Amino acid sequence: MSAAQLFQYLISGVATGSVYAIVGIGFTIIYNSTGIINFAQGEFLMLGGMIALSLQAFLPLPLAITGAVAVTGLVGVLVQLVFLSWLRKPGVLRMIIITIGLSILMREAALHVWDEKVHALPYWSGDETSSLAVLGARISPQVAWVLAVSALMVVALTLFFRFTLTGKAMRACASNPAAARLCGIRASWLVSLSFFLAAAMGALAGCVVSPLTQTQYDMGTSLAVKGFTCAVLGGLGNVGAAVAAGILVGVLESASISVLPLAYKDVVALTIMLAILLLRPQGLFAGIGRRRGPLGLAAEKGPEQAGT
Amino acid sequence: MLRRFQGAPLLLFAGLAILAQVALSTLKADFYLTQLTMAAWYTLVALGLCLLMGYAGQVSMGHAGFFAIGGYTAAVISTAGAPAWLSIPAGVVVTAGVALLVGIPVLRLRGHYLAMATLAFGFIVSRIILGTPLFGQADGISDIPAYHLVAGLAITGRRALRVQNYYIAWAVVALGLVLALNLVRSRTGRALRAIHGDEEAAAASGISVARHKLAVFVLSAVYAGLAGACLAHFNGGIGPGEAGIMKSVRYVALVAAGGMANLWGTLTVSAALTFLSLRGAFGLLDDAVFGGLLVAIMLFAPQGVFGLLRRQEKVP
Repeated sequence: MSAAQLFQYLISGVATGSVYAIVGIGFTIIYNSTGIINFAQGEFLMLGGMIALSLQAFLPLPLAITGAVAVTGLVGVLVQLVFLSWLRKPGVLRMIIITIGLSILMREAALHVWDEKVHALPYWSGDETSSLAVLGARISPQVAWVLAVSALMVVALTLFFRFTLTGKAMRACASNPAAARLCGIRASWLVSLSFFLAAAMGALAGCVVSPLTQTQYDMGTSLAVKGFTCAVLGGLGNVGAAVAAGILVGVLESASISVLPLAYKDVVALTIMLAILLLRPQGLFAGIGRRRGPLGLAAEKGPEQAGT
Repeated sequence: MLRRFQGAPLLLFAGLAILAQVALSTLKADFYLTQLTMAAWYTLVALGLCLLMGYAGQVSMGHAGFFAIGGYTAAVISTAGAPAWLSIPAGVVVTAGVALLVGIPVLRLRGHYLAMATLAFGFIVSRIILGTPLFGQADGISDIPAYHLVAGLAITGRRALRVQNYYIAWAVVALGLVLALNLVRSRTGRALRAIHGDEEAAAASGISVARHKLAVFVLSAVYAGLAGACLAHFNGGIGPGEAGIMKSVRYVALVAAGGMANLWGTLTVSAALTFLSLRGAFGLLDDAVFGGLLVAIMLFAPQGVFGLLRRQEKVP
């Protein structure tokens, strides 16, 4: 394999991987504010792509995408308000089943509103044939878009959590809800906000990959599993680690295509992820962070292995 | 072990099954028996999942994968010219083997992690089926011959043997039910419920947690694999849809609606809903009905539909 070819695999792996990372970050945002793993996370990407497709019929592409992101974000808030907000201390099993049920409902709704066919948004710039020459490899401009949008989202999110009052309040709620409430932080709307953020980010990711990987009503499940693995590898809290994990998974997946038939792509990816999930449920980078912590005490929550 | 044999409900169950057959046959409406037979095989899966999820508290979002492994093993063996008697036993053994291999690592996970890992397992099975020519890819496997049991009994979809197959299927379900009922009342059953309540406490009281979880996981996969193998023979074919995520979710919905740790509830809900679904009563909204059921039950009646009735009775 030539160096240029290798680079090509690497870039496409990084692109798909960054989408998994965005899904994983969505999981992390909602998990940290509610303790819920939202199994419908993958459906937000599907909804974003589908809504943008419909809006694009009578709006220019950037407006259609903005609209899709906003609408999907509101769907996320609606899901939280209607189905989840009024449950008091629900068990883990109950939440798993409810969010899986919701993912089925969203998928079925998409099947009836749109159809079972594979759709794709147009390329954001150029078309299928145009390419950028980077280090001897030919790269679709859409790949560049995916990388840029994902990077932008991660940076914006990091800045939001670190420097804005709202972001700090969300982090406070995540680390100690009771103490946050005593400081006068209203947790309830922050939970809604976290659903909005997770859904909107998912929708934007769904729009930016749509020209490359297409949008179909049942695409959510595999995205959810892959994204969840990224979130776990990042220790369900560390955005940077989730990105690193996503890129690792994406590159492995894209490398598998050169060895095995394309039909087994998901099989390879999911098997690797299952193996990682089993071997390191505490996250890939947990050990490193812990050793550096003061007095060897880790502030982060341990692997969520307890409680059913 | 049969000391607490639940005689009365079982007799009622048998009576209802016979009544349904006699009534449908006299009314010349015995085409309903075909869907009732299929409903029986799917109900067997739900009963197995009820043991795992309801009693041991271990969620499986990939049970359709086990059903498909049983069904496809039987299908491949009986269409490849192997000895005819081998197909169903092989289906069960292969399913049990896979469940053992998957269960050992996966059951170390809990909660979300277990749900996601089993979801991934189901997804992997369905993708392997779709990608492998041996399993017929998107077309599935058809022309599966009848499976001959003793004395002229055969699992097949032939119209002449419809009544017989109805009784075979429900007899197997009754057998599975009796086994499960006895299991949950035994020492093992109490151990499973202790694990459901609190794994650490169960381990502290001397229960071998990992072994019990694995045993019930394999048993529940065997129920699914047996059902898959039998239904493949009854339908004369099997398709990749049987392994889909939607099917797995459906089994979970049936157990949840039946009241989780409630074998009779699961049996009743599963027989009724699966039959209605197979008759096409929900039309295009079939999958949406099961998704909606799942959400509604878990939001408003986590004790299942019968739990709802019971709670109302208790109000003075």
